Parts: sequence; C-alpha cells; structure tokens
Amino acid sequence: MSVSTERHVTWRRPEVAPSLLARLFDSKPFLIAICLLPAVGLLLVFLTYPLGLGIWLAFTDTHVGRGGYFVGFENFESLWYDRVFWGAVFYTVFYTGVATVLKFGLGLWLALLLNENLPFKSLLRAIILLPWIVPTVLSAIAFWWMYDAQFSIISYVLVDVLGWRETYIDFLGTPWHARWSLIAANVWRGIPFVAISLLAGLQTISPSLYEAALLDGASSWQRFTRITAPLLMPILAVVLTFSVLFTFTDFQLVYAITRGGPINSTHLMATLAFQRGIPGGQLGEGAAIAVSMIPFLILATMFSYFALARRKWQQGGDDE
Amino acid sequence: MANVHIDNVRKSFGQTAILHGVSVDIADGEFVVLVGPSGCGKSTLLRMIAGLENITAGEISIGGRVVNNVPPKDRDIAMVFQNYALYPHMTVRDNMAFSMKLAKAPAEVIEAEVSRAARILGLGALLDRYPRQLSGGQRQRVAMGRAIVRNPQVFLFDEPLSNLDAKLRVQVRAEIKELHQRLRTTTIYVTHDQIEAMTMADRIVVMQGGHVEQIGAPLELYDRPANIFVAGFIGSPAMNLLPGRLHNGAFHADPDTGAVPEGAAPAGGDGVLWPLPPGGRPAEGQKVTYGFRPEHLRLVSDGIPATIQLIEPTGSETQVVAQAGGRVISGAFRERIAAKVGETIHVLPDPSLAHLFDGGSGQRISA
Ligand SMILES: Nc1ncnc2c1ncn2[C@@H]1O[C@H](COP(=O)(O)OP(=O)(O)OP(=O)(O)O)[C@@H](O)[C@H]1O
Ligand SMILES: [Mg+2]
Repeated sequence: MSVSTERHVTWRRPEVAPSLLARLFDSKPFLIAICLLPAVGLLLVFLTYPLGLGIWLAFTDTHVGRGGYFVGFENFESLWYDRVFWGAVFYTVFYTGVATVLKFGLGLWLALLLNENLPFKSLLRAIILLPWIVPTVLSAIAFWWMYDAQFSIISYVLVDVLGWRETYIDFLGTPWHARWSLIAANVWRGIPFVAISLLAGLQTISPSLYEAALLDGASSWQRFTRITAPLLMPILAVVLTFSVLFTFTDFQLVYAITRGGPINSTHLMATLAFQRGIPGGQLGEGAAIAVSMIPFLILATMFSYFALARRKWQQGGDDE
Repeated sequence: MANVHIDNVRKSFGQTAILHGVSVDIADGEFVVLVGPSGCGKSTLLRMIAGLENITAGEISIGGRVVNNVPPKDRDIAMVFQNYALYPHMTVRDNMAFSMKLAKAPAEVIEAEVSRAARILGLGALLDRYPRQLSGGQRQRVAMGRAIVRNPQVFLFDEPLSNLDAKLRVQVRAEIKELHQRLRTTTIYVTHDQIEAMTMADRIVVMQGGHVEQIGAPLELYDRPANIFVAGFIGSPAMNLLPGRLHNGAFHADPDTGAVPEGAAPAGGDGVLWPLPPGGRPAEGQKVTYGFRPEHLRLVSDGIPATIQLIEPTGSETQVVAQAGGRVISGAFRERIAAKVGETIHVLPDPSLAHLFDGGSGQRISA
C-alpha cells in the first residue's frame, strides 16, 4: 500500500450531551402528557364539571335560590308517575323519529337532485342552505306567525285563495295539530344540513362507477340501490347520528313556538326540563328529566358507533 | 363477435366541435388501437361507441346494427376504464358477477363464468378480496375479468395500462394481446403511447385534433407514414424531419426555409446534399420536408459530417444527437461509437428508407 502524502481531514459533529429540557421534549410519554393537558383541562372544566353537576343535581331537591339535599332516586320516582313527563318522552321520541325520517327522505332526494347537472347549480345550493343559516329563533318566529290562528298564511291560501277549506286551521291550538306543525318546522330547518352533507357524500362517488354500472346493465334504480346507497352509507350514518342527536335534544323551536303547549302536549324532554327547572324553580327535578335523556343519547351514539364501524371495503379498515 | 363500423362520426360539446367526421371500419375479431396526442378525442370516440356519449352526427354500427340510439347495456360491449372503476364495496367475485346478477342469471351460470374468467386471468386466489386490497396490476386484471364474463361482442379499453409501472405495463400488454389471440373478440383500444399501439395492434388509427390522420397496420405506418404528423408520431426515437427544398436531384436543408426566393440556389445548409428516396421525383425547387428515421442513419466514411452533441449508449444501440448541415439530427446505431462529444462522424441516411413530404400540406410525396 502506498502512503498518501495528502492528509485527510475529517470533521465530525462534536457530541454534545443534550440538555435536560431537550431530553424531556424527546421523551414520548412527556410529549403525550403535555399535548393532552389543554384538551383534558378544557374537557374537565367545560364538559365534565357541568355534566357532573347536572347529574348530582338530579339526585337532590335543589330549588332555585336554595341549596338542596341528596334525596337519592326520589326525583326519578316521582317522574315515573308523572304523566306529563311520559308525554314528553313520547313526543320526544315521536318528534325525533318522524322528523328524522322526513329530513332524510327529503334531504336525500334534494341531494340527488343537486348532484345532477342542473342549471344555476351553485345558486340552488346556496338557496337550499338558507333555512339553516337563519337563526333558529328567527325562523321559529316566522313559523309561529305562519301557524297563527288568525293570520296564518297557510290557512289564508287554503281557505281564501284555493277555497279548499271552510275554516281557518288552528295549528297550535290542538295537541296533534301542534305536534305535526312543530315537526314540519323542524324538518324545514333540518333539511339543508342533511342535503348538503349527503351531497358532499355523493360527490365522492366516482362518475365512472355509474358508467361501469350502466354498461353492466343497471337501471337507474339499480344504480341507486347497488352503487349510490352502499357507497353513501358511511357518511349517511354520520349525518344520521348527528341529526338524531340534534333533533332529540331540540329546544329552541319548540320553546319559541309553543312553549310545550297546548296542555303540555308538545313538551320535549329538553323543554320540560327547562320548564320545571328554571321558571318552575325545581332545579333537582329539571335535572332529573335532563339526565333521563342520557340513556337515549347513549343508545343513539352506540348506533352510530356500530354503523360507523369501518366497513371492510373501506380504505383504512382492518385487513383480515 | 362483431364488426364495428364508424361512419363520418362527429361530436360537439355545446359549441365546441371535438370530432370532425371520423370514419373507421373494424373487422370482426380485429384488434384496433386508437392512438394520438392528449386531447385528440380518442376517449370521446370510444365512449361514443360504448354509448356513454351521444353521437352528434354520423353513424356507429356494431355487428351490422346501427347503435346510435341503443342504450349502452344493449350494445353488447364491455369496457375497461382507465381508473378501472371497480365497485369498491364489492369483492372481486361480486365485481365480476355484477352484470350477470343484474341480468338475473342462474347462480351456477354466474359461478361458472366467474371461475372461467378467474382462470383465464389468474385471479382465483383473489376472488374474495376487496379492490382496495389489490395491487394496481391485479385491479387491472379484475377490470378485464369483469369485461370477460360478459362475453361481449366488442371489448373497449381506455388507456388501461397508464396507471401501471413500466415493467408491469409490458407484462400486462402481453397478457392483453395473448387474451385477444385466445378469445378473438373485436377489440378497440385507446392509448397515447405509440409503442403500445405498435406492439398490440392489428391496425392503428392515428388521430389528431379530432381527425383521423392515417389508418393502417403498425409496420405500414412505420414504413409509409401518410403525412408529417404520423411520421413524427410513430416510431421512437422520433423521425428526423428537415424542412428544405429540392435542388439538382438532392435535398437541401434550409436553416430558414422560405427566406430563399423560389428557384434560387439554396444558400443555407452548408451545401450539404441529402440523398433522395427513389420513386416519384417532385419538381425542382419545391419546398419539401425530408424525413428519415434515426435507425436508418448509417456511418459512411464519405457521408455528411456531423458534430456529436450527445451520445447515449443504451447497450443494444447507441443514440447520437449531432449537428449536420446546420441541422440537429438524431441517429441510432447498432455499432458502438468510439467518437466523443464534439468530434465529427460521417453519416448518411439510407435513401431507400427516406421519406419526402410536401412542404405545404405535409402529405407524403415519395412513393
Ligand atoms: N364533457 C366534455 N365537455 C366539454 N369538452 C370535453 C368533454 N369531454 C372531453 N372534452 C374535450 O374533448 C377533447 C377530447 O377529449 P378526450 O378525452 O377524448 O381526449 P383523449 O384523446 O382521450 O385525450 P387523453 O389522451 O388525454 O385521454 C378535449 O379537448 C376535451 O377538452
Ligand atoms: Mg382519454
């Protein structure tokens, strides 16, 4: 071997012991803890504490302005024999069920329509979103006016313009009229959310799948049931869950239009809880009503959990 | 199986005309490749044959039946899409069985057809997988399987290999060709890759800007391109095309054609004379484009001096870009070349394999 006269200078990055802080921030458990801290804190302060307080109140006889004592299940026992409470449970379930079915039927139909090549597509989409953008209370007042016994435009059209009826309809004066009227208002308000979410879902479906199905001989109904429906199912489940949760816990529309009347026939659990708790002063009982919503909500969430469980064909699912 | 007859077909999207009268006759069992640059209307034509686009004017018939107003499912064709368009929520088996299920075929028939297609394409082990669990090449095969199970009269392929890597592309290319030889189903295949066209086609339809430029067997297009476009499009590396004029029975490349008045002796081109192909001589002084393929350039000691600008040995041949007679030309040589960049070699195109095109219309003039 010949000895080279050239000296080879090598330079290495000097090894510096990392500082304590650097080491700390390199440790994964520490990082996880520090990143989670704000979220956990916020959850504790703004979610867990009010929830815990609400649940605690449900087991006390607290009144507005007076502290209460722990009374065990007394509030729930009295609710068990309370016909108004059971009426509210019935109407909440009925309201949620009927409104959800209608919202999804009409919303899906609208989404399918908007997914076609229509003229003024973006304008139509904007218009469809309107009911959702308007503050609930505002639309509630509008509906209240539309449902007014004397000034209702609906009655006016039916009686004076079309002459289909003899008398004005008392929309909010009789229980079943009031119940259906509120459902109609909720559906009107809820459709945009459903329609736009489902439209977003529809737009993720590649048009070439429809073309392939067309060549495979699928009719338009078969293209809907075999391609659109299954591919829309994941997003449909999410939207359905949210819609059910929002409808079940609805408060504003009902409280603004009927306040639960006539004769408590349109109370939702949320409005009844508020009615008993704040104006009625029975904080404990109001809290107990609110707490009784929890099992229903858990049920709805469970449904979403299983419905949302990734389907095998979806990207990112478990490979078996 | 059926022949396909495309007669003066036009297509416009709104005001924009995309196809300006395309006519192609495809014989029963033939493998025809539509090739052309991006945006020339190949996919549009294919989709019109499939029935996915309506026909603005003209007539398409399949197996003697005019299909202008026949819905896609009744045209008895099957199509393989560029992105495969596999149904993501169905297993490979269900993807392939879908059309038969819709047609309410008996379960045994479906099973038999699916396993026949799976056997042909080697998909047996994958039947219960979902598309997302397959590789690109496997998805491509499933898309073909979906076409095969239908026993169509015509297969339509829209750039089926463009999503595959180079090696797989060569393999699947061979598979498709082999499949065609086995099934002998009339096939129309769209690609913008001229190598794919050359290797697979019985006949090639070269399109540009909504027109058919030439229809012919691969070697026919290679040997006798009808115009400058086809000459430049078919063959790789591309044909050398030198604009210039004829003078004293030879071709003179003008560095700037048109600057020299008609009839005057050409000034440019360093006086280099390119040998003319045999056959019909055009008039003296006529403006022409002279074409020769890189692989038809020979090393000749008394040839045209060419200064090497770039040498690319590929192993089997050596590709050279050189400056000759004021023009940049490329050559591909079987022999190894010792010369380096900047040195001069002497080359001459084989006159019997050279081409002449009219300088104005771009149409072929030499025999
Ligand atoms: N739905 C449409 N509306 C308007 N113009 C269209 C439509 N579809 C295609 N075109 C136009 O028609 C021309 C031909 O398109 P086409 O898809 O047939 O090209 P192509 O030859 O398949 O190109 P590529 O090799 O890129 O796939 C393009 O200029 C394209 O912009
Ligand atoms: Mg295309």
